[in-house]
Amino acid sequence: MKRLLAFAPAAIFVLVLVGFAVGLRRDPTLLPSMMIGKPVPAFNLPPVRPSDALSGRGGLATDQLSGEPVMLNVFASWCVACRVEHPMLMRLKEQGVTIHGLDWKDEPADGAGWLAERGDPYARVGNDRTGRAGIDLGVSGVPETFVIDRKGRVRYRHVGAISVEDWNRKLEPLLARLRAES
Amino acid sequence: MAAEVGQFALILAFVLAMVQTVTPLWGAHRGDPVLMALGRTATILQAGFVILAFGCLAASYLLCDFSVALVAAHSHTLQPAVYRFAATWGSHEGSMLLWVLILAVYGAGVAIFGRTLRETLQARVLGVQGLIGVAFLGFLIFTSNPFLRLDPAPLEGTELNPLLQDPGLVMHPPMLYMGYVGFSVSFAFAIAALIEGRVDAAWARWVRPWVLAAWAPLTAGITLGSCWSYYVLGWGGWWFWDPVENASLMPWILGTALLHSALVLERRGALVTWTILLCILTFSLSLVGTFLVRSGILTSVHAFAVDPQRGIYILGIIALTTGVALALFGWRSPQLKTGALFAPLSREGGITLNNLFLTALAATVFLGTFSPVFVEILRGDKISVGPPYYARTFAPLAIPLLLISPFGPMLNWKRDELARLVRRLRVPAGIAAAVLLVALVTVGWRMMLTAGALALAAWLVAGALAILGRRWWAGRAELGRTIRATPIALYGLVMAHAGLGLLTLGIASVTAWESDKVLTMHPGDKVAFAGRTLTLDALGPVEGPNYQAHQARFLIEGRGGPYKLTSERRMYASSQTQTTIAGIHVSPAGNFYVSVGDVQDGGGVVVRLWDHPLIMWIWVGGFTMALGGLVSLSDRRLRLGAPSRVMVRSPAAATTAAAE
Repeated sequence: MKRLLAFAPAAIFVLVLVGFAVGLRRDPTLLPSMMIGKPVPAFNLPPVRPSDALSGRGGLATDQLSGEPVMLNVFASWCVACRVEHPMLMRLKEQGVTIHGLDWKDEPADGAGWLAERGDPYARVGNDRTGRAGIDLGVSGVPETFVIDRKGRVRYRHVGAISVEDWNRKLEPLLARLRAES
Repeated sequence: MAAEVGQFALILAFVLAMVQTVTPLWGAHRGDPVLMALGRTATILQAGFVILAFGCLAASYLLCDFSVALVAAHSHTLQPAVYRFAATWGSHEGSMLLWVLILAVYGAGVAIFGRTLRETLQARVLGVQGLIGVAFLGFLIFTSNPFLRLDPAPLEGTELNPLLQDPGLVMHPPMLYMGYVGFSVSFAFAIAALIEGRVDAAWARWVRPWVLAAWAPLTAGITLGSCWSYYVLGWGGWWFWDPVENASLMPWILGTALLHSALVLERRGALVTWTILLCILTFSLSLVGTFLVRSGILTSVHAFAVDPQRGIYILGIIALTTGVALALFGWRSPQLKTGALFAPLSREGGITLNNLFLTALAATVFLGTFSPVFVEILRGDKISVGPPYYARTFAPLAIPLLLISPFGPMLNWKRDELARLVRRLRVPAGIAAAVLLVALVTVGWRMMLTAGALALAAWLVAGALAILGRRWWAGRAELGRTIRATPIALYGLVMAHAGLGLLTLGIASVTAWESDKVLTMHPGDKVAFAGRTLTLDALGPVEGPNYQAHQARFLIEGRGGPYKLTSERRMYASSQTQTTIAGIHVSPAGNFYVSVGDVQDGGGVVVRLWDHPLIMWIWVGGFTMALGGLVSLSDRRLRLGAPSRVMVRSPAAATTAAAE
């Protein structure tokens, strides 16, 4: 019995190791293939900004994501990496890029405070308190950004904060291409 | 030129590390003193070449040799010299070189200071250290070569991430790595003990100083990191439960457990198998910490460039070292002689309880950090674990641990009586009760938890000081001599435990009383906040060596004032990144924290204000603990560690042992 027990740590370790190995093979930056080219899952999210609530403009709904190619940025007030990403989003807004926001697993008041304090880069922004819409989209963490084409289909998923390089190399060319599509 | 020398030195070190692995292990097996001596020489030479390689890389940085790819990617001629030097370990490759450097230096330490150690034990320790060296030098040379050249060389480099251009960050990684890598020594000792199939007093006496030598810098490193994130990131927080922060916390928690269990092993020969297991696990978690930052398995702000291939290599190293170690543990540990028995209520019993709590805490953090990975594999769901998880799981385990910690040093070895124990602690208990009462009256019943936490802090500090008090009171007839005879290690213990109390004080106050306010201000605006009046005096652009900034200057009047604060929003042109430099007024009573955001269209600026009562004590506590570790380490008895010298026990040494 004692002999067997002495091997318990080794056995547990093997399990953990298998988990790491599987986790490592799974490239977190790739979109699950089933989502590429598929329409954005249906959701209708309540507003985050108090002004949207008062004016009745509402939050963010799936049908608002078609028409022009746009970016959908998933963020949260509790998210550390989002703070790093935020100035970049503000700069993109200045350049005239349309970004919609999905405030994931967050209290509406916290999300509103975040926007008031740091600046608001979003055209429309919806609150996903339960995280349901995010899970349907295949969000694995925040920040994450989806590129959506004219027809409201997901074309690209970017995991993590957007850097200047990501924008120049991937996102901007992709958006330009999508705009050229009829 | 320097790069080629460095490259060559690294390859020589790699070969020497192989010699360091094979000869002493083989020599110890055969009982051949010549082979074992060769192992020692190889160890010292290997350290020499790694130091040379590191020096070459540092020189390339300082001289702005942009033909070295790594330098071009992380340095800039306008970057101040100290940050050019610190950039040496600011990249993945450079930080791995630092890792290997510290490993080699610790190895040389064992080779040089370990003369009094049993020769075969020393040889086996060096052999295991050599094997780790081979693995990491190989990793460095084959997957992350720091000396790659660029042709043609660029005229100017891309600077180091501006967030890292900070005095705190110059010291943070070296400290952290001294901790991580330091645990490789106790790991090597554990493996050597398992190979030999025996753990004796000499072994235990040797392991503890090495654990301390790793634990103290790790404590300082974590504290420094927390400090840095507080004043650099401009988020006003001091701990975020970020995966990488957790990665440093886990080895720290287990290392703390090891520090205590090794004490029991040293003094009483008990907890043998457990201590060995802790040695293995602590170092494994240090490796996981190294792995986590580089694999891209979890997303975090700290991460280096994601490269799955590197991740797989480090995962392989973890699999090999920990796997072999644990298999060896399974095979050999049942043969180890189990130690002396002890009553539940005894110093040994107290430390066992401490170890149970610490292990549970480490497991909690481990689950919180890695559960997203595992849940996704098992159920396909994506989950995220945030601060709420830790508030629910970490605190309920940490609080009882803090509550019992003053009991430990007051307990006698072997067995004790509850009534006597309680009597020994009546003064700190009285102080804690008084604090509780005063706190309840002043803050009211509704803040009962805060009052309790403040009393807990008082209990910890008073309990730690009572260790000295008890000893000095007992020898009060000849107080001067008693004080002189007090071992230095005891001061270390008192500092470490009191530091824990200060840490509790800081955390409790900030959690309960922190307040903040966000608003837009124009020059000349005044605002009242937390008993102070803040005026935005001026707002304008300033120019730094490698950045442009807009700076806001504030005048604060009222509580603790008047004083001036400035906060800046910096834009680093060459890397197109922004950082915020917060303006912080630091005082023991609390910090006042101002950080500015972007300038808005109307000429106003977003300002965030924080009032952080007593927050300084979090870091004072952390550094006090680290210092306590160093003070303990400086104790002669620990440093010598030669069995023969402790065998001769003077009466004074005997009373010392009884009182600790």
